[in-house]
Formats: sequence, structure tokens, C-alpha cells
Amino acid sequence: MTALLEVEDLRVAYGKIEAVKGISFSVEAGQVVTLIGTNGAGKTTTLRTLSGLIKPKGGQIKFQGKSLKKIPAHHIVSLGLAHSPEGRHIFPRMTIEDNLLLGAFLRKDKEGIAKDVQRAYDLFPILGERRKQAAGTLSGGEQQMLAMGRALMSQPKLLMLDEPSMGLSPLMMQKIMATIAELKAAGTTILLVEQNAQAALSLADQGHVMEIGKIVLSGPGRDLLVNEDVRKAYLGED
Amino acid sequence: MHELPQQLVNGLLLGSMYGLVAIGYTMVYGIVQLINFAHGEIFMIGGFGGLSVWLLLPSGTSMLLALPLMIIGAIVIATLVAIGAERFAYRPLRNAPRLAPLITAIGLSLALQQAVWAWYPDAKSSVVFPQLPGGPFHLGSVTIQTGDVFLLIAAPVSMAFLGFFVQKTRTGRGMQATAQDPDTAKLMGINTDRIIMIAFALGAAFAAIGAVAYGLKYGEVQFKMGFLLGLKAFTAAVLGGIGNIYGAMIGGLVLGLAETLTTVYVSEIPGMQQLGGQSWGNTWAFVLLILVLLFRPQGLLGQRVADRA
Repeated sequence: MTALLEVEDLRVAYGKIEAVKGISFSVEAGQVVTLIGTNGAGKTTTLRTLSGLIKPKGGQIKFQGKSLKKIPAHHIVSLGLAHSPEGRHIFPRMTIEDNLLLGAFLRKDKEGIAKDVQRAYDLFPILGERRKQAAGTLSGGEQQMLAMGRALMSQPKLLMLDEPSMGLSPLMMQKIMATIAELKAAGTTILLVEQNAQAALSLADQGHVMEIGKIVLSGPGRDLLVNEDVRKAYLGED
Repeated sequence: MHELPQQLVNGLLLGSMYGLVAIGYTMVYGIVQLINFAHGEIFMIGGFGGLSVWLLLPSGTSMLLALPLMIIGAIVIATLVAIGAERFAYRPLRNAPRLAPLITAIGLSLALQQAVWAWYPDAKSSVVFPQLPGGPFHLGSVTIQTGDVFLLIAAPVSMAFLGFFVQKTRTGRGMQATAQDPDTAKLMGINTDRIIMIAFALGAAFAAIGAVAYGLKYGEVQFKMGFLLGLKAFTAAVLGGIGNIYGAMIGGLVLGLAETLTTVYVSEIPGMQQLGGQSWGNTWAFVLLILVLLFRPQGLLGQRVADRA
């Protein structure tokens, strides 16, 4: 069986500086796969390349067996790849409801869209309470919920979450992680980029540790969680 | 002629013409942060487009029949030139330093002006624009010239259409999203290149309507009419808060009122007789701009937002 997403020897450069130096990994349907690592490891660059915002310098990206390399960013979401970007990037001057509707920009099934908006409100009740409010007025955690809800609106086959816990209070972070666990239990396939290695690895079926553009360690989430190098480098243990 | 209600109406009419043209500056700026200095020339070309339709119609055609065709002609020509400019002059410079497209815009402005001067028959001086039939209309003490009736109808209708388009249609929402965050808009599946093209086209269409209004109001079009009017419309856009379509219309109205009222009334202030009249209207309009920007740099309806890095 071929994986849902297959990345092979992916290389990405900004000018002459290579940010991603030949990484390979795959995501199977139903899995949660995480990329962890410090700032500047190339995790965000990897996701932005997968969704077409940056063109790769080399390597292969195959989604359901189809190469994504030549496909423009605005077509990629229609193939089933949704991206909740780092820093949330909600549309601040539009309402919460309009933000969600933008997530379904390419869908034509009005009833299905309305149903999914409701599902987002069920998942995040606070969004429903404030549906007519400008999204910029939400707190950081609420904006993160909106960004995730918006990404789900395209009914993705693969949901890519970039640093969903960044800048959140511990309580809010727990809430977001619990939601990701909920999505996983419902069968959503997720590619999760996180600096919070502990939380990400506890959720992930498969984890990859990135360092300055390379994958230096891979394995099932629980194995990495107890791996000595990982514990020293990312979980703050001596 | 100097009664206040009449001057207010004159000011609002002039201002709504500025507003129609200002929309093009503000929409393009809102989406690609480019000040399209060639927009004044798009306006001028719209005027000549409308005139060309009139000249192609058999002589003796009723103006009421001709006007809709002239509007369509003006819109089509202006839109095509604007789309061409976007596609071939600005798009290749999308990721260049901001000064590059700005200089391109100035160059394009001169090129379009000279092209019309050189190639449009008899455009080396003013060209007569056909007029609507019927006398001026009187509403109480206020007189509305026949040529202004078009503006009176076209400006609010255009504005209502634009408001509906941007707020209620799918493309309009895509446009708002692209203005707020172009990369994330792509992640939603929005073809931002297409949205940018639509912004140029819509701006050109409104400018073309403004140009037909100009022809009807002043009875002529000139190859250089886009310069000062473009500058005023740009001022209106900045005054209202550049990037905000309602701001463009409000800015236009405020500017038109200021220009008209200062032209008429400044000279009545004791000791300022020589600072009133037609020649000083522009000066006072720009004094107003400077004052507003001193106290509200973001413009009347603009939002104070951090510049994107």
C-alpha cells in the first residue's frame, strides 16, 4: 500500500541558503506524524513547500501518488491537503464565520458547508458564540482554534498543523492538544509540526526529529519519547 | 449662484467623480500595496473609449441610446488596458523592491498619455464630448446641470454595486482575504493572481464610468485629463484611508466639497480676497489633505495597522 503523502529527498533553498537539505518521510492514512526540532530546523519550510507556497529545489513530493511539485498553491487544497500555518494567520478584519467559510472556498455543496461550520462550532463552542465578531478580536488560543477549524473546512485528507501550541498558555495548550487527539480518534490524518516535543510525541504514531534542515532521528512517537538523546535535547532533561 | 445649498451639491458632484476614480487606487493598493500612478491614464483612456463609441455610431443617434453603449465601450477599453498593464508591466515585478513597480507606473502613465496624444485622431487638443439633451434641472434653489445628472445616478449605483460585490460575493470575500493575507489566501484555494487582476479591472471600470461623467460634465476630453484628476483621486483615496473602498468615496466627497467651498467662500473672508477663486481651489484641497494627515495619518476611515514585513 502506498502512503498518503510521500516526501523523498526534499530540498528547499532561500537563495543560496538551503533550509531543507534532503529529507524523506511519509504519512499513512489515519496516522499522526510529527516533525519536531528547534527553531530554524526547517519544519515550517517543509510544510510551506508541501502546500506549494515555496517551490522546492529538488526531490519529490507525492500526495496520493501524484506529484505536487508543479501544482500551484491554490490548487493544492482542492487535492485534500489543508495547512493551518504557523502564527495562525486568521483573516483579522473578517468575522469568524467568514473565516470558516473561506476555508471552504473551493467547495460548492452549500449544505455540506453549513454542516461543517456547525461541526467547527461543536468542536470549538467559543467560535460559535462569537461567530459575527471580527477574528482579530479573539485571543491567541481562540485564533488557533479558528485556524484549525478553518483548515478542517476543506474536508482535508491530510491536515497539516504548524506550531498549534505556539505562544499559548499551558491551559490553552492542553486544550489544543486534546482537540488534536480528538481529531486523531475520529480518523483524521495529521502532519504536526511542534516545538513542544513532549506533547507532540505523546500523540504521534511516527515522529521525526529535524536539525538544521535534516531528519536526524525517526521512530514511533513513544520510542522517541523515551529516547535518551531526544530527552536531553528537546525535553529539557540532563 | 453663491447660495450654500447649490455649492454643497456642486461639491458633492465633483467629489463623487473623484471618488469613482479613487476606488481604483485604493483597491489596487489594498491588495498589492502598489500606488498605480497610471490609473489617471486608465481614466483618460476610458473617456476616449466612450467617445470612440459615439464617433462609431451613425450620426444622429439619440444620446439616450448611445450613452449605455458609450459606458460599455469606456469600461471595456479601460479594463483591457488595466489588465494588460497588470499582466505585462506589474506582475513580472511582483516580488521586486517596491520602487520598481512604482517607477514602472509612472513610466506607463507617461507612455499611455503620449500614445493617445500621438495616435488618437485630433487628440492633440481637447476633443468635444457629446452632451445629454434637455435643460438643467431645478430642485428648489438648487440647479443641476444636465451633464451632472449622470453622475448623480452613476456614483451611488456604482458604490452600492461595489459594496455588494466585496461583501457578499465569493470573489469579493476572496478579495478581502487576499488583501489581508495573500499567502494564507492561497492556502484557502484562492487564485490570488486572478484576484489581483479583478482588482485592476474593477478599478478601471469605475474610473471609466467616472471618465464618461467627466466628458458629460465638462463637454470635452483631453489626453492629459488623467493627470490632475488622477492626482486628486489619489488624494481622495489617501484622505479616506487608502485600502478602504468606502474611504475612497468619502475622501472624494470631502475633497470635492473642500475644493468647491474654498473656491467660492475664501475670498469672502476679509483680507483673503486674493486667496479665493478657481485658481486657489486646488491649493486649499491639498492644504486639507496635509491637515488631515497630520492628525490622522491613516486617513479618515483607515486602520492603523503594522506594515507587513
